[in-house]
Amino acid sequence: MDMENRSPEHGKLWHWLDERIGLKDFEKLARKKEVPVHQHTIWYYFGGMTLFLFMIQVLSGILLLLYYRPSATEAYESIQFLMTEVQFGWLVRSVHAWSANLMILAMFVHMFSALMLRSYRRPREVTWLSGGGLLGLALAFGFTGYLLPWNELAFFATRVGTEIPGVLPIIGSFLRRFLRGGEDVTGATLTRFYGIHVAVLPAIVTVILGLHLFMVQKHGMSVPPDVERRGWSRRVMPFLPNFLLRDLVGWLCALGVLAALAAYYPAELGKKADPFQPAPIGIKPEWYFMAMFQTLKLLPAHILGIEGELLGVLGFGAIGAVLILMPFVDRRAAVGQPSRFPAAFGIALILYTILLTYLGYTMSPTK
Amino acid sequence: MIRATSRGFLWLGIAVILFLPLPAIGQQQVENCAACHQALPDGRLAEPAKQFVGDIHAVKGFGCVSCHGGDAPDTEMSAMNPAKGYIGKPTGTKIVDVCGRCHSDARFMRQYNPALRVDQVTEYYTSVHGRRLKEQKDSKVATCASCHKPHSIKAPSDPRSSVHPLHVADTCGSCHANAEYMAPYKIPTDQLANYKKSVHWRMMANKGDLSAPTCNDCHGNHGAAPPGISWVGNVCSQCHAVNGELFSKSRHSQVFVQMGIPGCATCHDNHQILETSDELIGTQDKAVCTRCHTGEDRGGKSAAAMRAMIDSLRQEYDKAHAILLKAGHAGMEVSQPEFDLNEAKTALIKARAAIHAFSVVTLKKEVDPGLQVSAKAYAGGLKALEELGFRRKWLAVSAVIILALIVGLVLKIRQMESAQKGSDKEGV
Repeated sequence: MDMENRSPEHGKLWHWLDERIGLKDFEKLARKKEVPVHQHTIWYYFGGMTLFLFMIQVLSGILLLLYYRPSATEAYESIQFLMTEVQFGWLVRSVHAWSANLMILAMFVHMFSALMLRSYRRPREVTWLSGGGLLGLALAFGFTGYLLPWNELAFFATRVGTEIPGVLPIIGSFLRRFLRGGEDVTGATLTRFYGIHVAVLPAIVTVILGLHLFMVQKHGMSVPPDVERRGWSRRVMPFLPNFLLRDLVGWLCALGVLAALAAYYPAELGKKADPFQPAPIGIKPEWYFMAMFQTLKLLPAHILGIEGELLGVLGFGAIGAVLILMPFVDRRAAVGQPSRFPAAFGIALILYTILLTYLGYTMSPTK
Repeated sequence: MIRATSRGFLWLGIAVILFLPLPAIGQQQVENCAACHQALPDGRLAEPAKQFVGDIHAVKGFGCVSCHGGDAPDTEMSAMNPAKGYIGKPTGTKIVDVCGRCHSDARFMRQYNPALRVDQVTEYYTSVHGRRLKEQKDSKVATCASCHKPHSIKAPSDPRSSVHPLHVADTCGSCHANAEYMAPYKIPTDQLANYKKSVHWRMMANKGDLSAPTCNDCHGNHGAAPPGISWVGNVCSQCHAVNGELFSKSRHSQVFVQMGIPGCATCHDNHQILETSDELIGTQDKAVCTRCHTGEDRGGKSAAAMRAMIDSLRQEYDKAHAILLKAGHAGMEVSQPEFDLNEAKTALIKARAAIHAFSVVTLKKEVDPGLQVSAKAYAGGLKALEELGFRRKWLAVSAVIILALIVGLVLKIRQMESAQKGSDKEGV
């Protein structure tokens, strides 16, 4: 490496690393990245926000692993110990629980904004598909993580949750047994969920998240078609440092909110699960499953001779399929024509989810 | 030859049918009484026949003649010929005899209910009712049919039965709460009204606890009599065993007998047994101790000391419970001290029972461990609240740092972008 090529703005360490791993190439790549500036730019921040919260999940999750013991006899007690005896154990667990909720919220906002802005258009179909996969994985993280404290609420909610795939024909009972590791939710389910939560899902997420980020880097941010049609000024801002610094502001805000939530509303532990007790009234899943849970509760036992629950599960599957296949369903946006279907579909889905979630939290649990 | 053999078998068959053992009582009998009685215009004669259909005896296959005698297959009035064993409507001791004919026969009763006692008649003649009936020929006293409504008798476990736990008080009260009917006996008639104010009735009627005592649990059923002064404690201690044992070993147990006053009922009353409270002990207004003691005598001083001990344990328990509740509502994890505090609650319950020993030393043995547990749980709650304050203080510090960083970043972005704009203009 000749001395003339050394830029004066970097220190010795940077140059030492550059010689060995080629930092300059990364810098070039980062400097090349630009973010379009228009009225919808704000939605671009939610992807980064989700990633930031995911990183917090990884870090706090690793810290939790140091104390958590995945067995029906020890799980609850290990978390009780963590919450009361370990210094800042309460903070780590509360941050992990709250950050999970905020991450899923950020992810929903990110997905619906991408849907409304038609960001899935050619050539970003793979970005959209990988994003859909990540959302599914995040929900799986939430479902498996919910059981791990082995408390009453989580135990019975998991019993209900794992019962739902059982209504599917042919594979239903196998799926239920596969999820539970037996006929009922037991210690075997706990160890299984633990393995999925800390090993299987992270491994898959690493691959798909890598693909998603690579795709974002490769294609850049999508400019919404209606912005383009109205004559976009082609104004951009450099990703590094302008957009990243703004991202940082958002992340710091999220960190502040997380700290406040953890201090004022620490994650509860509740009562230890007792499989021999009857299910308490008003068991609830996590809020992001509430709309689906409430839908299944409200569906009649039979609709046109078909089991109501089965129809509900198939309906969720159909909605999920339409959502994930949107790049191929919405052919008009693909060729640059205005299309109303994705927005109508997205708004209907948001309104339905909000309404059913509201009902889930307000309706009498015995109805 | 063959024809003769066939005829022989035919006769043999007829003989076998004719000489089959007669059906035992209780197996379905040919019953013509109901056919006429149900259709009679006189309700007094028709109603029993109509009601009897649901009677436990009818369900088990018994007919009218089992009690009333007579000729069941006979469809004429001659069925009710005394010569055919007809006894009509039994009264007084006859009722006891009729019921006892089967119910005192262990071998017979075993066929229907092997667990059912067969000493009701013996017991009955030891009761006040039975003795008056036998010795004084008093026809007003209760016999079997007074409590077990004839023709609609149900098993006691059947909620429709007049002797189901929920109905026993009203069944007894149908005579004992009737001032006019009871006037010749010169005994109070407020037992039912008093009982219905008691904690026992509240448990039974409001909480559905059928194991709560009703009249027969204390007085006996067939052998019904008022418990004597010396053994009233034995009656109560059937359920309140710990209190009963402590009382029997206490000085009060002997003193009460000497004074001719009953054990438990002196402080707790007999029929109107109200829910107890800590106010019953001590020398204050509602304390029952003051009925015999003053605040100055030794007993009164002991009572005051015991009250103070109970009060202190209750207050310490309440204090610990409140602080743990407050910490729990604030989101702090206090399930372990909450669990530990259960021991103090147990100690309080045991201490309240220990009062029946009427000994400060005995009570102290129960109170002291409870106080220690409460103090420990309170310390746990206090620690949780201190931790909460610490968390909020550091949250404020971290919020200031985060806010400062945000402000710094925003300023940096502005400065950087205005510099970029400047350089862009210069470039242009």
